[in-house]
Amino acid sequence: MELLSHLALGFSVALTPVNLLYAFIGSMLGTLIGVLPGIGPVATIAMLLPTTYALQPVSALIMLAGIYYGAQYGGSTTSILLNMPGETSSAVTCLDGHQMALQGQAGAALAIAALGSFFAGTVSTVLVAGVSIPLSELALKFGPAEYFSLMVLGLIGAVVLAHGSLLKAIAMIVLGLLLGIVGTDVNSGAARFAFGIPELTDGIGVVSVAMGLFGFAEIITNLETTEKREVIASKVKGLWITKEQFRQAWPAVLRGTGLGSMLGVLPGGGAMLASFASYALEKKIAKDPSRFGKGAIQGVAGPESANNAGAQTSFIPLLTLGIPENAVMALMVGAMTIHNIQPGPQVITSNPGLFWGLIASMWVGNLMLVVLNLPLIGMWIKLLQVPYRLLYPAILLFCSIGVYSISNTSFDVMQTAFFGLLGVIFVKLECEPAPLLLGFVLGPLMEENLRRALLLSRGDPTVFFTRPLSLAMLLAAAFLLLLIIAPAFRKTREVAFQEE
Amino acid sequence: MAHIRHPKDFVAGLLFVAIGIAAIVLGSNYALGSAARMGPGYFPRMLGILLVALGSAVVLRGLRVDGPPLPGWRWRPVAVVLGSVVLFGAIVNYAGLVLSTILLIVLASAASQEFRPREAVISGILLAVLAVGVFALGLKLQLPIWPGAN
Repeated sequence: MELLSHLALGFSVALTPVNLLYAFIGSMLGTLIGVLPGIGPVATIAMLLPTTYALQPVSALIMLAGIYYGAQYGGSTTSILLNMPGETSSAVTCLDGHQMALQGQAGAALAIAALGSFFAGTVSTVLVAGVSIPLSELALKFGPAEYFSLMVLGLIGAVVLAHGSLLKAIAMIVLGLLLGIVGTDVNSGAARFAFGIPELTDGIGVVSVAMGLFGFAEIITNLETTEKREVIASKVKGLWITKEQFRQAWPAVLRGTGLGSMLGVLPGGGAMLASFASYALEKKIAKDPSRFGKGAIQGVAGPESANNAGAQTSFIPLLTLGIPENAVMALMVGAMTIHNIQPGPQVITSNPGLFWGLIASMWVGNLMLVVLNLPLIGMWIKLLQVPYRLLYPAILLFCSIGVYSISNTSFDVMQTAFFGLLGVIFVKLECEPAPLLLGFVLGPLMEENLRRALLLSRGDPTVFFTRPLSLAMLLAAAFLLLLIIAPAFRKTREVAFQEE
Repeated sequence: MAHIRHPKDFVAGLLFVAIGIAAIVLGSNYALGSAARMGPGYFPRMLGILLVALGSAVVLRGLRVDGPPLPGWRWRPVAVVLGSVVLFGAIVNYAGLVLSTILLIVLASAASQEFRPREAVISGILLAVLAVGVFALGLKLQLPIWPGAN
């Protein structure tokens, strides 16, 4: 019953006209960038973050969250109709969704994707609401040693579940941590790695790092390939699914929602991992796996439900523990910090309106998406016909205005360009930028908790192993590392990411 | 003499080692303190050492495991895209949003192999109108619209 009163508070915040408007703007923008290849949620959120200064914190977070789950809806549309994933998390939907479209079933595929997403969005909203209080109460018992170990676990988990070389990913985390501590040390007042540049004494801006590594680098690498997009839209006839299709699809929706919700909570999880895992699961348990890749409705229903569930439950660690688990959540930390909210377990009690309002807005945003998305498909297809040569300068412009307006200095713009250059180098060397962003956001927190833990233990490093919770988390981190070194797991991990 | 079998890893590893060493050297001015009373230099030193170790491991792997060659590097998109952005940041406060926007769009468009000057100018003018409407008037960001306002 307590849950109901919390949700009532949440809806009273989320349903105010202003917040409805921002949920709408966020989910529409999210759908837009979900449809457009070449710009993802991380770059978009970075771009819009500076424009949210003037807003109420809750409105700002509602809009930014909408971008993330909105992108999951938009991504499926282009996967199904054009065989072109707007987002990586919708890449598997191409396999069967586009086949369905070729067989004249585009309407059914779109409908099941939207309905599955909405169902998953509803379930995961309730889940976020239900899990948050106990988790945050647990987190409030954490001392600095536990927090430090939790961050180690979170960062290791994030790279184990990500793809690419593990060693490089860990190095990227450490590099991120280093970049994160640039600026004035809160304890001693010493300006670290600032090179006498006054702007650097405040630290490097999270917007610059994210926009450079994810936005600019992506545009530059896109420009190097000359591949042309051809838009051949299949005709969409009738958005209804037959009874038989519904009967086949609903168990997949249920499984996708469950799997997606679980994987969303894990460090490194989120929408992309959820959709890939769900596709693999559906294929494995199907009576006739050969139908997959030839238009199996389960191959659309499962992953599309899973990516939406994963997108939403990935807010749980952020909202309850203050630990971001993927690049989008790392930016949400940046957004909260800008509005003077320290992410962590205390947010629920100190800022209940914001907390529950954000959660309720996710459900409201999902409802808007399912209602508005299907009728707007024609418009999205039109937008896709805008050639990239017109699109990318506009993206650059919005990025530049956004980053300039953070503090009205050209320094921020140059800093972003620098990270753009670094991002291109990382792409060439196959270093994933997401772990760097996570480390960057957690750097100062990790140092602070390490310092406090060692202060309390009078410099004795065994404190991390003698406190049971801390030990458990470090063991879990070590276990994850062992898993990945073990050949059997390594093989399945490679296979799982092969399907990209 | 071992030879480089995985150039991407080899170079990435060197980059990590270099940054790690830079962190240790530059951070040597900050007081280390002790474990119980960490100074501002303690954590950066830890991270620097860790980065050198991880980077060396990546370099070693680059010598032992085979991998694809380094991809080519084309300067034009990198220089044009980043250059136009930096230019925008440098002049917007003096030249105003309208002129800087048109300049950014036209310049940045030149990075594409399908560059069409007239189309870029038209797009620049339209986006300038949009940018003024949304950012200067709508969101009320502190951006001068015309030159000489600041």
